[in-house]
Amino acid sequence: MTATQWRRRVFKPAVWLACLTPLAYLIYSLYLDLGANPIETVTNTTGIWTLRLIVTTIAISPLRWLTGFNQLVNYRRLIGLFAFFYGSLHFTTYVVTTFIVDGQFDYSGLVKDLTERRYIIAGFTAFVLMIPLAITSTAGWIRRLGGKRWNVLHRLIYITALAAVLHYFWKVKLDTTFPVFYGIGVAVLLGFRLWRHFAKRRASEV
Amino acid sequence: MLIKKAEDIRESEVTPKELYVRRREFIAAAGVTAAAVATGGLGLIGTTDVDAQNPSAQKLTDLKKSPFSTDEKLNSYKDVTTYNNFYEFGLDKADPAKYAHTLKPRPWSVVVDGQCAKPGTYNIEDIIKWAPLEERIYRHRCVEAWSIVVPWAGYPLGEFIKRFEPTSKAKYVQFKTLVDQKQMPGQTEPALQWPYVEGLRMDEAMHPLALLGLGLYGEVLPNQNGAPIRLVIPWKYGFKSIKSIVRVSFVENEPVNTWKQQQASEYGFYANVNPQVDHPRWSQGSERRLGEFFRRKTLMFNGYGDQVASLYAGMDLRKYY
Repeated sequence: MTATQWRRRVFKPAVWLACLTPLAYLIYSLYLDLGANPIETVTNTTGIWTLRLIVTTIAISPLRWLTGFNQLVNYRRLIGLFAFFYGSLHFTTYVVTTFIVDGQFDYSGLVKDLTERRYIIAGFTAFVLMIPLAITSTAGWIRRLGGKRWNVLHRLIYITALAAVLHYFWKVKLDTTFPVFYGIGVAVLLGFRLWRHFAKRRASEV
Repeated sequence: MLIKKAEDIRESEVTPKELYVRRREFIAAAGVTAAAVATGGLGLIGTTDVDAQNPSAQKLTDLKKSPFSTDEKLNSYKDVTTYNNFYEFGLDKADPAKYAHTLKPRPWSVVVDGQCAKPGTYNIEDIIKWAPLEERIYRHRCVEAWSIVVPWAGYPLGEFIKRFEPTSKAKYVQFKTLVDQKQMPGQTEPALQWPYVEGLRMDEAMHPLALLGLGLYGEVLPNQNGAPIRLVIPWKYGFKSIKSIVRVSFVENEPVNTWKQQQASEYGFYANVNPQVDHPRWSQGSERRLGEFFRRKTLMFNGYGDQVASLYAGMDLRKYY
């Protein structure tokens, strides 16, 4: 098989499978053992996988630079779209199961949440900023925007990553271990970019 | 949902292959979503009809029925005993059921001190016999906006308190949970300041709805639900209903309860269920009854306003949350 064939027939399906595994496991565990609050389980699971996939997408460039394994970039769009997919499930679960109260949709409650609660504002920001990225993820859009502008637009994912961590951090009642852990991960990945940017600039000045 | 186009362009005219392919991915994904919702829905039906009690637990018989009981649908024994906050056993709501087996609810004694005529150390076996046990089916509303309906067993907290003959200086009654890292492994972490402390104003504690909880579902309390002795204060958020009590103190000043001490801007001393006063981070206007897919409106004083509202007449409940 050629490299392209490997990518199409083996690696891409493998990434698909990997990205669908959390969802499959969620459905399986809901079916097997529901727990007392399955909606909370769905919300938390889809949320954490959104964050994990976001972190994965922003880890790809640093990994490429460190390892020289440039092939990795071929899987970034797919992982990013899956991040958006889990984010959509997370957001939909939240809206549907929170604001349909006694059979009526509580618009004012939703607006209040989206405008007044900092963890919701952060989470919603993270989600909304992924929408243009998902839309412009196609080759056609890269062509239309031009590589440079497309790259600038897709830096929105950095804001999404930071907002998603804040969302998580502000949500937890007491134990911030995991939010801090993800926060450090995002800080390292973004910090690495900054460091590289300035190191390059210095090198070109010398 | 995802792919938005300018209004003047028709889909059939310009859909590039990339988008077309992408769309199929999303249709596939949508199918999976629908499957998830369907499965989740089925699951929800399952949660409320499992009713396996603990065969080895001591049964409580001849429970008096109470006019204070609600006729709402009970949450299953499983829901009630596998999903709750009891940080002494871990921070996850599944932790108490997993780890509370280390707690030894017998022998157990409760120390009573402070402003009362009969301080002392009292044995749980005696405490249980001080008044006829009743079944009280109460709504239980957590500050985290979920709720359950529980068939508690116990007797009025007032009957318990009267025994000690509190003096006129006793304005408040303070309760403390056991501290023992061997029995309560969660206490090895400084998640909260141990011991867990709660308190009530004397008139709240003497209110007929306030229950000294000794059992649920016709059995002695399971460890994870606060064995062997706890409070059940149905018009207040769940964290007021302190579990595994080892000390009761009659005091002049308002006790600093654990969650208030932890985060006073979010958790107060009174902690009355109040849909009009939101938690700073989330709405208290609605709640999820476990087993239900959608939320329901939260009721003032958790639906016990007719009985307890007079306790707070003239008080600004936004200030005293």
